[in-house]
Amino acid sequence: MIAETVARSIRRRRQQNKIFTFLFMSSAMVATVTLVIIYATLIYESIGFFQHVNVFEFLTGVKWTPLFEEKNFGVLPIFNATLITSAIAIALAAPAGLASAIFLSEYASMNVRSVVKPVIETLAGIPTVVYGYFALYFLTPEFLRQIIPGLGIHNALATGLMIGVLILPIVASISDDALLAVPADLRFGAYALGARKIDVVMRIAVPAALSGIAASIILAFARAMGETMIAAIAGGFRPVLTSDVRQAMETMTAYIAQVATGDAPHGTVEYQSLFAVGLFLLIITALLNFVGLRVVKRWAIKY
Amino acid sequence: MGHQILKTSRLKKLLDRAMPIILSLGVFLAVATVAGLIIDVVSSGWHRLSPGLLTNYASANPAEAGLRSAFLGTIYTVGLSAIICIPLSIATALYLTEFSGTGRLSSILRYNIANLAGVPSIIFGVVGLGFLVYGLGMGRSIIAGAFTLAILTLPLVTVTCIEAINTVPDDLRLGAYALGATKLQVAAHVLLPRALPMMLTGGILGISRAIGEAAPILVISGLLFIREDPVSLFDIFTVMPLQLFNWISRPQMAFRELASAGIIVLLLLLLGLNAAAIVLRHRLTRRLT
Amino acid sequence: MILERAEEAVETGEVSEILSRPSDEYVVYTHGLRVLYGSRPAISDITLGFRRNTITAVIGPSGCGKSTLLRCINRMNDLIPGARVEGKVFFNNEDIYSPHVDPVYVRFRIGMVFQRPNPFPMSIFDNVAFGLRVNGIKLTRDGLRQRVKEALVKAALWDEVKDRLDAHAGTLSGGQQQRLCIARSLAVEPEVLLLDEPTVSLDPISTYKIEQLLRGIVEDYTIIIVTHNMQQAARVSDYTAVLMPDQSGVGRLIEQGPTGEIFTNPRDKRTEDYIRGKIG
Repeated sequence: MIAETVARSIRRRRQQNKIFTFLFMSSAMVATVTLVIIYATLIYESIGFFQHVNVFEFLTGVKWTPLFEEKNFGVLPIFNATLITSAIAIALAAPAGLASAIFLSEYASMNVRSVVKPVIETLAGIPTVVYGYFALYFLTPEFLRQIIPGLGIHNALATGLMIGVLILPIVASISDDALLAVPADLRFGAYALGARKIDVVMRIAVPAALSGIAASIILAFARAMGETMIAAIAGGFRPVLTSDVRQAMETMTAYIAQVATGDAPHGTVEYQSLFAVGLFLLIITALLNFVGLRVVKRWAIKY
Repeated sequence: MGHQILKTSRLKKLLDRAMPIILSLGVFLAVATVAGLIIDVVSSGWHRLSPGLLTNYASANPAEAGLRSAFLGTIYTVGLSAIICIPLSIATALYLTEFSGTGRLSSILRYNIANLAGVPSIIFGVVGLGFLVYGLGMGRSIIAGAFTLAILTLPLVTVTCIEAINTVPDDLRLGAYALGATKLQVAAHVLLPRALPMMLTGGILGISRAIGEAAPILVISGLLFIREDPVSLFDIFTVMPLQLFNWISRPQMAFRELASAGIIVLLLLLLGLNAAAIVLRHRLTRRLT
Repeated sequence: MILERAEEAVETGEVSEILSRPSDEYVVYTHGLRVLYGSRPAISDITLGFRRNTITAVIGPSGCGKSTLLRCINRMNDLIPGARVEGKVFFNNEDIYSPHVDPVYVRFRIGMVFQRPNPFPMSIFDNVAFGLRVNGIKLTRDGLRQRVKEALVKAALWDEVKDRLDAHAGTLSGGQQQRLCIARSLAVEPEVLLLDEPTVSLDPISTYKIEQLLRGIVEDYTIIIVTHNMQQAARVSDYTAVLMPDQSGVGRLIEQGPTGEIFTNPRDKRTEDYIRGKIG
């Protein structure tokens, strides 16, 4: 009798198991399906776009005026702006983030670490509109304008610096993990040879953690390229191809925001340009993330 | 075996001593920026705080403007996105940790979750516009925004749930299996209860992220002037960070003050949420152990 | 005094020879040494001398504090948070724990080889050269090559790696890596070499090679080797010190003397039991 009951229970549970396994697997597939939808949607509308616009002109043209009477569709000005602001951002975030990571993993006591690390992570949690506000109303007028003459109220420098603060935690966090992963054995070996702490850190720990650190910088750069609100608020909506960081320049993401604040009717070339620019941005950030994740994996294997 | 004169320079000894100070400059930069930001925002917006800020609708007159529509929009949109995202993340996490092997399918699924995490947030908005708003015909509605935010926060919450499940000690799991429990039973009776506090934290992290996102909603809803409370999920909407964006973009000083006051509200909301998360986690963890 | 004179010489820019201490009998001498991790003592009341140009083995059961004792001699315990060292450790008649002594300098003069080989993730050459570079020893390129070669020869590794000095240290076998670590320590020409169970993870042939090379270099160095392998202690050392945990688990020195006597005619019963394999 008991055997019967148990056998029935097992069968019932097995069936439940199967149903839920299927449900759970479907959930797990959502991310993959979403990626397919993302690329499909972008490509679909971009095809529409490239029926009006020549691909070569898009990739190499130096004027971007889709919202004007005379429409030009050269993506270089907004791509250039994205690159410049991201470069400024990483120029700030990489050294500061790495220094923070070295400080946290090599020098800070447990107490200091438990306070400082969450504070750094909080930086990444502040809504980007708030950073944009700060860049426009404080960083530029109160600070940067005092030291740089001729700085526009919207400018690439403030945009880049503010994005730098936003992505600093990415560099700090991943580099910190990389440094912590360096085995203690190596450090002891160096100390036993008469090395000072600065030697152990700079000659042993940092070189050993280098691929993790490189990955953090690549991933942070990709994040900088994708940032929208800071660029829209502090960088302005003027697409211009220049290397002068004191000027306002519209990034790819700010352009997308600009079209969204306007009202491009569904199906027009302005509407489709959203998707073309989006696809362009996505491909570049996806490549960067791919390289970055690969580098991280190689570092993880070393130990 | 001779003794060697060491040219261990004074410089290096000095550098060794100075290193922690030099390095902490990096931290200092970050912290000073945030501190400066908070001080500036609070000082310019403090006097503009009033109950009216939350109850008034948007207005061209800064003295009368308020966050009402944006606040309600945030609650509905983010709330709905959490309802979609959290169960999905838990299910995904359970699948990847317990129900699948370490086979190819599993690693592809994980890989794609990481890929999704790397997609810029505005792209979610663009795709939401093309696929949900127009493609599926949802319109520029709360529900389109909610789905977009749900997918955007999915990787974050999923990863936290996976970590939560991984903290459950192996002996508990194996013990349950040894007694004849199925995977489902182990998941429901052993893993979920134990992992719940951390999963909750993950959920709240996701919600915090969603509350602060302006870019994807900007593309989906546009910048709207809304003077009514939303009644259905298919209504147009706006969210708090977008309202702030609107005010920030206006040149008048009065709007700047309004914006800072709004920022204070937003930051307090996030602060409260995260504090609640920490408290909740402590309470639940203590009850379980 | 050596330390202060070296600093003086550096300051005045003189290149002068540091006079060796007259050879007192003990290069290293601990007096009343006691180490606590937090509030728990690990070893206590250790008074022990190590004679110049000999190999001294420190033996005893696992966990009796042999490694802790070793780490006191080159001040490596300084790097362990919560570790407190009481008592004195004399190196060439100078207490290395007195406040004016730079622990970095102590570690330059007293080298250490660890239980598991820990070569740096760099080339063989760079591994050996590391100590020289980090201590700012000025050498020409050829001078550096010469020093590296000498160290590798002493560590009985030169023949095996002379054609691939630029190869990554990770390509070496376990035994070779350990000899590389020995070469690395020897390159800075310390007076004393500490080895903490250096062959415990190696095969018998590598173990033999290392024991042989130690006997080969002892006329220029003072060697202290911690081992729980009594046959190794008997084979390799001139003197032996026996550590044992007391009732509360604190490591104490129960016997020391010439190796031959310790193994054939131990004075303490616990030593005898340990050697016969009854305890530990």
